[in-house]
Amino acid sequence: MSIYDIIFYLFATITLVSAFFVVTIRNIVYSAFFLLFTFFGVAGIYVILGADFIAMVQLIVYVGGILILILFGVMLTNKITNVQIKTGTSQIIPAAIGVGLFAGILTATLVNTPWRKIDNSPLFPTTQGLGLMLISEYGVVFELLGILLLIALIGAASLARK
Amino acid sequence: MIVYDFLYNIVFNITQSAVAGDITAMVISAALPLLFLVLPFAILAVWLERKVSAHMQDRLGPMRTGSHGWLQTIADVIKLLQKEDIVANDNDRPLFNLAPILVFSGSYLVFAALPFSSAYIGSNIDLGIIFIIAASGFVVAGILMAGWSSNNKYSLLGAMRSAAQIVSYEIPTILVILTIIMITGTTNLRTLSEMQTGYFWNWMIFGGAGLSLSKFLFIPFMIIGFVTLYISTLAEVNRTPFDIPEAESELVSGYHTEYSGMKFAMFFMAEYANMFAVSAIVSAIFFGGYQSPFGYLGNTLGLTWMVPIEQFLWFASKGIFFVLVQMWLRWTLPRLRVDQLMALCWKYLIPIAFVNLIIVGLITVL
Repeated sequence: MSIYDIIFYLFATITLVSAFFVVTIRNIVYSAFFLLFTFFGVAGIYVILGADFIAMVQLIVYVGGILILILFGVMLTNKITNVQIKTGTSQIIPAAIGVGLFAGILTATLVNTPWRKIDNSPLFPTTQGLGLMLISEYGVVFELLGILLLIALIGAASLARK
Repeated sequence: MIVYDFLYNIVFNITQSAVAGDITAMVISAALPLLFLVLPFAILAVWLERKVSAHMQDRLGPMRTGSHGWLQTIADVIKLLQKEDIVANDNDRPLFNLAPILVFSGSYLVFAALPFSSAYIGSNIDLGIIFIIAASGFVVAGILMAGWSSNNKYSLLGAMRSAAQIVSYEIPTILVILTIIMITGTTNLRTLSEMQTGYFWNWMIFGGAGLSLSKFLFIPFMIIGFVTLYISTLAEVNRTPFDIPEAESELVSGYHTEYSGMKFAMFFMAEYANMFAVSAIVSAIFFGGYQSPFGYLGNTLGLTWMVPIEQFLWFASKGIFFVLVQMWLRWTLPRLRVDQLMALCWKYLIPIAFVNLIIVGLITVL
């Protein structure tokens, strides 16, 4: 077991344990803060895989953006109005179907992807290659995702104005 | 990377393992700024803040401890170490204890990527500047954690204001940094500093190296970019005129109201470390990083080993200069209201930064 394996298992443990607590713990603020550690662990795994840009974007978007928004929402509803919001279970059957489908897709991808094994080759920065691919090969998808985000933004703003 | 190579050789000779040498050397060299630069700087900066504020208000400031009170901060740190660590019954204990650590480590993560000199940069990662932006996310999470777990309305309000402010002002910061990335084509802070080598007219604020037409066209937009970046980084570190998260007259002291002893000191030192970090980023991006404005004494005398030391001194003095400007602003300007603060960011800085980005992009294409 090399030192990279040890680091990988460390980050994997952080991710899995905190993800487990995110869904099981009753206090919703604790859930949100455990999500921070899940994102951190995933970013660490990206770094070990050599995906430096993805790791940094993971931190900027998920920790710096989405997590903060979740915390804002939770805190504004939880403490200020003195109503303790706890996580509970409802709608078990639709949730089970959704999770089952998602797990099936993940497993199918895991089995069918032709994984490449890289042994001890030095890792290079991926930013330039990623940028070129986003602009050329995946240009349309990239723009469509941008439009999707814009629609979500406008939708959120118009909902908030009501 | 002289420091990295030195550590690598030591560990490699002991363990005969390249991987162990690599990882140990990386961890130690990335952690060095914390011990040898950040803590002494925080102590110096707290003393400077007191002296600057005192002299601006025609007072003397601390005078008793040491010559002109320079030992005052050290005495304060010793006092804080002995203070009782109070955790109230209604505080959320685990989060209350974790929050200062998160804020502290988030602030110090930034220092690992700062280019202190051509011989020493904690971790020379390719995405240095992006890493710095990413690390600040932990600070925001830590501040929210502190505010919520304190179970105090002033703390919670302060944390909310602080997080809203940091998240908003991150946008103009990123836009200006994007402008620079577009011109230079690099996100590595060391490469960025190396590109601004030579004399001060090669700095990014003067349009970068080279003598093409675009260099002269860049100058006004670089100045706009610098002012935008400086204002937004000022807001990101919660300094006056953007210190509504800690507004003493309304919120006691914001998100760290409930903290005492060393935990309070951790927030305090993180704040001063952040001040230096953002000043260092501004100087690395626009003012040549560790490059000297008029050549090196070491090169003139033929002593090349002196150059990295001179570079370190230039980097430190540029950083401290911008910290002094922050202090000067703090004791000059009144605090902004919340609505003014948000209007400044969303109605002025972000549009200006966007237009600047587009114009600079057009000039780059030229």
